Amino acid sequence: MRILLDHFSKSFGAVKVIEDMNLEIRDGEMLALLGPSGCGKSTTLFSICGIHRVSGGRILFGDNDVTNVPSQLRNVGVVFQSYALYPHMTVRQNIAFPLQVKGLAAADIKQQVSAIAALVHIEELLERRPAQLSGGQQQRVALARALIRKPDVLLLDEPLANLDAKLRLEMRSEIRRLQLETGITAILVTHDQVEAMSMCDRIAIMNAGEIIQIATPSEMYHDPRTEFVAGFLGNPPIAFLKGTAQDGAVLLDKSDIRIPLPGRGRPAGAGRVTLGIRPEDFGPQGDVQIPGTIVFVETQGRENLYDVRLADGGMLRSIQPVRGDLKVGDAVTWAAAGDKIMVFGEDGSRL
Amino acid sequence: MAASSAPSANFRTWPIVLLLTLLSLPLVVMYIYLFVDTVTDSSTGSLIPDTFTLSHWDFLWHTKVGKPSVWVVLVNTLLFATSTTTVVLLISSMVGYALSRLNVPGRSVLLAGVMVMHAFPSVTLLIAIFVVLQMVGLYNTLIGVILVKAALDLPLGIWLMKGFYDTVPWEIEMAGITDGASRFTVWRRLVLPQVFPALAALGLFAFLSGWSEFILPRVLAPGNNVQVFSVYLASLIADDNNFDLSMFKAVGVFYAIPVIVLFVLFQRHLMNIYGGGTKG
Repeated sequence: MRILLDHFSKSFGAVKVIEDMNLEIRDGEMLALLGPSGCGKSTTLFSICGIHRVSGGRILFGDNDVTNVPSQLRNVGVVFQSYALYPHMTVRQNIAFPLQVKGLAAADIKQQVSAIAALVHIEELLERRPAQLSGGQQQRVALARALIRKPDVLLLDEPLANLDAKLRLEMRSEIRRLQLETGITAILVTHDQVEAMSMCDRIAIMNAGEIIQIATPSEMYHDPRTEFVAGFLGNPPIAFLKGTAQDGAVLLDKSDIRIPLPGRGRPAGAGRVTLGIRPEDFGPQGDVQIPGTIVFVETQGRENLYDVRLADGGMLRSIQPVRGDLKVGDAVTWAAAGDKIMVFGEDGSRL
Repeated sequence: MAASSAPSANFRTWPIVLLLTLLSLPLVVMYIYLFVDTVTDSSTGSLIPDTFTLSHWDFLWHTKVGKPSVWVVLVNTLLFATSTTTVVLLISSMVGYALSRLNVPGRSVLLAGVMVMHAFPSVTLLIAIFVVLQMVGLYNTLIGVILVKAALDLPLGIWLMKGFYDTVPWEIEMAGITDGASRFTVWRRLVLPQVFPALAALGLFAFLSGWSEFILPRVLAPGNNVQVFSVYLASLIADDNNFDLSMFKAVGVFYAIPVIVLFVLFQRHLMNIYGGGTKG
């Protein structure tokens, strides 16, 4: 079902968390709300499921205005970061709870619980209690409980944050599989850009209560609207250099390095700019030569990450296939791909 | 408990056991004598019992002149203790939840007020309560003294329950609400089971406290029809005409039996009141 936030605002007392947000989640889409802690993404999620009361604007499920509908009647499924399983109930009772509240017949409930348990692969755990389950299993139970009501929207609040790295990888694809199989509209709240990019159809990136950009993961990665977005996506992260634009090139601060700028994104006049260069766009091949010194080498197995300090003190990162000929302290002159360099103005917006 | 009582390799346990035995010996001897004296007679001036007798337990069959039947007293005491327990449990479990979770206006004032009530010595209220009960017609009734006792026990109960509710994660309630359950269902089916240890402990606490309460029933319900055990016991020792120390002891043992049974059965829960928290 399509979810629409229309001029949505939320404040706690005098603290305005979100002001005038507009966001559409399309039917059957999985959308990530991505942003640093405290940016208002969880607040948005809890407003959609009705735990927080909206301070202004409307929330629509399909064509229904649910702004003032209590949480119980909204038909949402929520997976909490801590899973929030009911510790005194067995897995079966946990999953059956939403149906029991609805007042369904016992036989009906039993059959639906079996069906959903098969979907999330926990058939053999139904008689256990949450304390006897591993983190990943608890996660599956929480998903089953959220999905059993056939909710209009599935809300996931940092669902992977409490899992260890390997399980996180597994549950990432598992959640996506469930979402695609059920065709449910889903919203994922996360501060982890990898999760957002790997699991979702679109990402809405938030900062300080505002949505900065909404786009597909690859669009957002290759065409970020602001310096913040560029810095948030990508691992290892993008490197920024400060400089002054003049005559279609950028003169880096406190150095004589001139970086010619491609036609696109060429600043109109002179002014302070920030250049963004992703680690994969800086290396031996390229058309814009930049000299520097290697100050740090990080071995990542298949690739090496090099931190290169420029004459002006600025830092660039380069990720390359493993090579053994370089060590800390070596002077290198590597090049950046001129058409991949991103230019940001003083206010952080892309030029 | 069982695991921790296994002998440790680091030090010998027998000196400690010996010391504790010596220290608790006077208590043990007193308890033994209390019981032995109720079923034996000894000649004057002697500490050693010489004849077995059940005559001191006579009060179970024959009501003493001018005194209520011991069975009436037993029923009264049971009614008094269970009723105060029920009232305390019912109100504490709800008020504690409201104070812990709901946005009640004047919440902090209420909490502080309840705390002051708890710290207040209840004896000083006795005269005022007496006058109030007299005016509303509840003097010398069980209901009156039950209400007063419950009211005085409530501050502790409310604070205790609030503390336990505070440890129940918010997410469980949010999950319940988004699962479609009403706030009341969430409280009853999801939150209350999490604080069951606290309820059990508080219930036992309130029952034992009601069972042993003396001053309130003595002042507010002294009549024969509504007498409870503690008052009955006191009237026995105050009676100069039929002074029978052995019967006094027998009644005391009879009075203590339910408490001992309860304690043995539920001591695990009672300990929980100090342990706090629930096992997730």
